[in-house]
Amino acid sequence: MREIDVALVEEAIRSLFLRACREVGPDVLACLRRAHEREESPFGREALRQILENDRIAAERGMPLCQDTGMAVVFLDVGQDVHFTGGDVGEAIDRGVYRAYRDGCFRASVLDPITRENTRDNTPAVVHTRIVPGDRVTLTAAPKGFGSENMSRLFMLTPSQGVQGVMEAVVETVRLAGGNPCPPVVVGVGVGGTAERAMELAKRSLLRDCGEPSQDEALARMERELLRRINALGIGPQGLGGRVTALAVHILKEPTHIAGLPVAVNMQCHAARHASAVL
Amino acid sequence: MPTHVSAPLSREQALALRAGETVLLSGTIFTARDAAHKRLCALLDAGEPLPIPLDGQVVYYAGPCPALPGDPIGACGPTTSSRMDAYAPRLLERGLRGMIGKGPRGEAVREAIARFGGVYFAATGGAGALIAGCVKEARVVAFPELGAEAIRALRVEKLPLIVAVDAAGGDLYAAGPAAYAAAP
Repeated sequence: MREIDVALVEEAIRSLFLRACREVGPDVLACLRRAHEREESPFGREALRQILENDRIAAERGMPLCQDTGMAVVFLDVGQDVHFTGGDVGEAIDRGVYRAYRDGCFRASVLDPITRENTRDNTPAVVHTRIVPGDRVTLTAAPKGFGSENMSRLFMLTPSQGVQGVMEAVVETVRLAGGNPCPPVVVGVGVGGTAERAMELAKRSLLRDCGEPSQDEALARMERELLRRINALGIGPQGLGGRVTALAVHILKEPTHIAGLPVAVNMQCHAARHASAVL
Repeated sequence: MPTHVSAPLSREQALALRAGETVLLSGTIFTARDAAHKRLCALLDAGEPLPIPLDGQVVYYAGPCPALPGDPIGACGPTTSSRMDAYAPRLLERGLRGMIGKGPRGEAVREAIARFGGVYFAATGGAGALIAGCVKEARVVAFPELGAEAIRALRVEKLPLIVAVDAAGGDLYAAGPAAYAAAP
């Protein structure tokens, strides 16, 4: 049994959100630079130029790269040999979020869905917890803006629709989203499980380095084919027309029920932000 | 070469703009997003005066971050415009001339732009830090209790925009993708 003080969790969450909201990773920057080289549309090239310039300014000045600093999504993998001490780990995560959003001058974007009253500190975080072997804790901060989140969709396909149905669902989601989710996007796809698991898989797939193919050869083929079909839509950067609508498609799958084929598509804008730490 | 446009915007200048034209906008604009639009339309419903002028004005669909110390404003990029489609025709009817946001507009908004002589500009979504550099002054002018969603008057210099929907029926969100779509 290893004891971990929740104050360490709070500090880690604070520093991860501060980093994630201010800078995208080198993987995303490399994809954006390639997109800028490849894009033929003048509007698309200009949008990509502004995005790259923006990301440079934000990192240099330590300011958020987008005003939508998102809902604070946290992926938490807890080793089964860990014992948290010093308080409630959920409260520690929320304190870390509150301090990051206050200290970073990030926007308080979270409110009650019915009364629309703002919580004023961007809490609560949305936490996805897994119990895993070992005595470590892995934390990933993935702030999620709602321009892209609003364009996400869940399909409960029938088995007869098969892989072709999966492909059509994904392309149709990107087509309908058009310029709304701040393309070029990263398209996260979750296939299988139950309704809620499929969407969690779709979101989790976005944590992979941008453009890194699936380890599963069949899924990697689907990712390449989907990227080709999505970029043939012509939506382009910011939806103003062009060759680069998506930077990457990431798929995760899990077994599902004999009667079903859940497909979730979680859209991620070009500000594909996430940062991780291991305690 | 980009066209220099000032805000407030004259009807003649708005009518002369064409979809696909690159613009640098300077002058005073007003931020307003979901909650502020709902309040404005509720005031119109009640027949009460609005806290900001509409005639010839340009609204910016944005909810900025708090400013870093010494800055006039924090990250301040556009939000998705289609959420304001429910309100925009009413405001255009009352004299609103320009809108700045990101993403396509619905048919009712495009018709109102043509009918009342307006224009819709696209700013680059996710370029909040870059756009903040164009904002020289910011002050809350209405609904301070809405926080990031309060209405702010922004003095901007050379805000880089593209004309997305013009009063002659041009729509870059339709024409742009059509030009690059591969044959099915």
